[in-house]
Amino acid sequence: MSYVHRDDTGSKMAMWLFIFTELLLFGGLFITYAVYRYLHPEAFHLAGQELDVTIGTINTVILLISSATIAMSITAIQQKKKKLSLFLIGTTIVLALIFLVNKYFEWGAKFEHGIFPGSEYLDQLGYGDTLFFGLYFFMTGLHAFHIIIGMAVLGFMFYFVKIDRLTHDNFQLLENGGLYWHLVDLIWIFLFPLFYLIA
Amino acid sequence: MSEKTKKDAYKSYLDETGGRKGIFKWILSTDHKRIGLLYLYSIMGWFFIGVVLGVLMKLELIAPGQTIMGAQAYNATFTVHGVIMIFLIVIPGLPAVFGNFLLPLQIGAPDVAFPKLNLFSWYIYVFGSILVVSSLFAGGGPPDTGWTFYAPYSFKTGTNMLPAVLGAFVLGFSSILTGLNFIVTIHRMRAPGMTWMKMPLFPWTIYGTGWIQLLATPVVGITLLMVIGERIFNIGFFDPAKGGDPILYQHLFWIYSHPAVYIMILPAMGAISEIIPTFAKKTIYGYRAIVISTMAIAFVGYFVWGHHMFTSGMSGTALFTFSLLTFIVAIPSAIKVFNWVSTMYQGSISTEVPFLWAASFIFVFLVGGLTGLVLGALATDVHVHDTAFVVGHFHFIVFGGTGFAFFGALHYWFPKIYGRMYDKSWARTGWVIFLIGFIGLYGPMFYLGMKGMPRRYFDYLPEYHGPNILSSFGALIMVTGFIIIVINLINSARSGKKAEANPWGGTNLEWQVPSPPSLLNFDEIPTIDKAPYKYD
Amino acid sequence: MDFPVSLILPHRINLKVMAEEKHHITSYKTYTLILVLLISLTFLSVAITQIELSRWATVAALLLAGVKSTFVLLIFMHLKFDQRIFRIMAGLILLLVIVVIIFTMLDFLFR
Repeated sequence: MSYVHRDDTGSKMAMWLFIFTELLLFGGLFITYAVYRYLHPEAFHLAGQELDVTIGTINTVILLISSATIAMSITAIQQKKKKLSLFLIGTTIVLALIFLVNKYFEWGAKFEHGIFPGSEYLDQLGYGDTLFFGLYFFMTGLHAFHIIIGMAVLGFMFYFVKIDRLTHDNFQLLENGGLYWHLVDLIWIFLFPLFYLIA
Repeated sequence: MSEKTKKDAYKSYLDETGGRKGIFKWILSTDHKRIGLLYLYSIMGWFFIGVVLGVLMKLELIAPGQTIMGAQAYNATFTVHGVIMIFLIVIPGLPAVFGNFLLPLQIGAPDVAFPKLNLFSWYIYVFGSILVVSSLFAGGGPPDTGWTFYAPYSFKTGTNMLPAVLGAFVLGFSSILTGLNFIVTIHRMRAPGMTWMKMPLFPWTIYGTGWIQLLATPVVGITLLMVIGERIFNIGFFDPAKGGDPILYQHLFWIYSHPAVYIMILPAMGAISEIIPTFAKKTIYGYRAIVISTMAIAFVGYFVWGHHMFTSGMSGTALFTFSLLTFIVAIPSAIKVFNWVSTMYQGSISTEVPFLWAASFIFVFLVGGLTGLVLGALATDVHVHDTAFVVGHFHFIVFGGTGFAFFGALHYWFPKIYGRMYDKSWARTGWVIFLIGFIGLYGPMFYLGMKGMPRRYFDYLPEYHGPNILSSFGALIMVTGFIIIVINLINSARSGKKAEANPWGGTNLEWQVPSPPSLLNFDEIPTIDKAPYKYD
Repeated sequence: MDFPVSLILPHRINLKVMAEEKHHITSYKTYTLILVLLISLTFLSVAITQIELSRWATVAALLLAGVKSTFVLLIFMHLKFDQRIFRIMAGLILLLVIVVIIFTMLDFLFR
């Protein structure tokens, strides 16, 4: 048996604290990027050209839109517009899926060219390329993993709104889910220029 | 004392069943007090294994040459000893056991902010610790890299690294979630009237520790993930053959592992700050300074990690910066020591066993801290880095610091937790024998280190033999003391004399409720109108 | 230590909840405007890095990323409208990450 109470601010605080842990998690990888970029500027510059700026930009825009839709879903539920809120949450999930599909094709193209962690081709290209693509796959991979988790989280939010567990005066969970999604967006906002815009 | 409206309805939390039987009363309970004890029992269990590994090392080192094991076995022994002691014992130790038990009581709350998450954190702890201990039996042999898993050896070694690394990774989540829970609890659930500056010092240290658990752990999490990536995919992050830099691994590892030692020591200091005023019958000297020092240690502690890497090949600028900050971070700790001693000055000292632990804590912590300055100064560090001196230093400050505070806290809050008093005579005996053994075991290491005996070697030159004998015997004495302490506590928990609500005359909230407390701690949440540690 | 008479737990906590301010509601218009701004900044960063600014391109791109993040944090994540404690926490953690990166670079920059 435990003591149960409702504390929306506490719940929000817990979510923010979790977001901070994610920032530090990716922070370690950003440190690694900073160090190796500093040590291999030319190679990173050249390796960056292998990435498709168009797809990267499209994906960035997709995530930004998805951030807006999930934010709006909270406005909707606050205004008791349940259907609209559900539509917006659903849209966010669909956009996430599109992002992942793009990623799948991007990675697929790289694999076909022999570019993957530990590949001989990368070894031949040299240190800078190995490190650049090692970081690329690791960081975008970890990010994609978080997108998948995010989709699951938003899926749960969709369900909770549907069954009226979340309503106009009880929606902290949805807000928390939205916060998580914005985090995923934030990380990509930095990944994009660091990998796609250094050519 | 106020009237309790329903006195006859008092029920000890230990008698609550939540409708469950046997072990399920425990492992399905979200009561922070039971969870604290779940941590206590699991931690003590793993501690025995860690101690056995330590004793095996001391037996090997009792004479030069191979005594009971060869180099490979020795390497594996100190590795798993370190991983267990660091990740399974001292990092969770005080926060998970006493933070869990005491925090809600001391701030006037019925539980932590997220009781179910709290229980889940313990499950994660159990899972992670089983993974780590399983590495002893893993195919390929237990890991032999040292608990620090330095690259590139950690991904090149043929021993089975995965259970230990994965285990440490999983344990990190337990730490993070515990810290998260405690931070929200302290922000949101303090009793009415308990402003931040009216909160006792132990919760303050739990607060600072919570932030370190939250923010530093993810960095080692990602680092261990990268090591696993190296082992499986050969990515190249830390492999010089692929352009990686092993020193980067050390940076990433120590960015967590240095703040981790503040996870170990801050709650220890908090416990000492609780114990000393009670047994000096005097209010803590410099409450505000201790609060500021606590937060200062937590904050500055993030920026000193390079002092573990002075001989690694870092730039001169980095060397200078880290050494300077290391000296700066020592200051708030020194302020605390000064304040504890000042609290005792002209107090009415009662030499109960918790006080003995606290007083001896100050001594061993001082030794550990001062030898830390020897290591923090660049010129002297070059001479003693990777020698037995370092081993002596961190055992004095971690085992001496966290360990002594843990025993002190255990004896101090024992009557509250179990509603029984321990046998004071045996407790005193255990303490004395332990202390003597402790100093005998770790003291010679400073001498040996300065004379040049390396650490993590199963063998040594004959000239180091004498002090090593002393050290190994110290170990046996210390373990004897430890056994006495543990047996005494186990017996007393079962059949010790019943204890009253406030056997020590403590002033904080936990002493205002029955021993043991009821399930929800308070019949009515109190309103606070005075500062902690107030003695007339 | 005074124990107030007959204050039952759950009610006290719910009182705290009810006393909390009604949540600020951000308009769809605001979100859309910010979104347009963010997308514009994205295109701006792509454009700016096409120019041969060499390493200043990185600085520019990162600065723009910083600006975008600020909008996401303040508006989408509601930091602007929430209690001050959240802004303080976020600010301090940001500072921490930056200092840790700088300290690490102190090694590699000056070898």
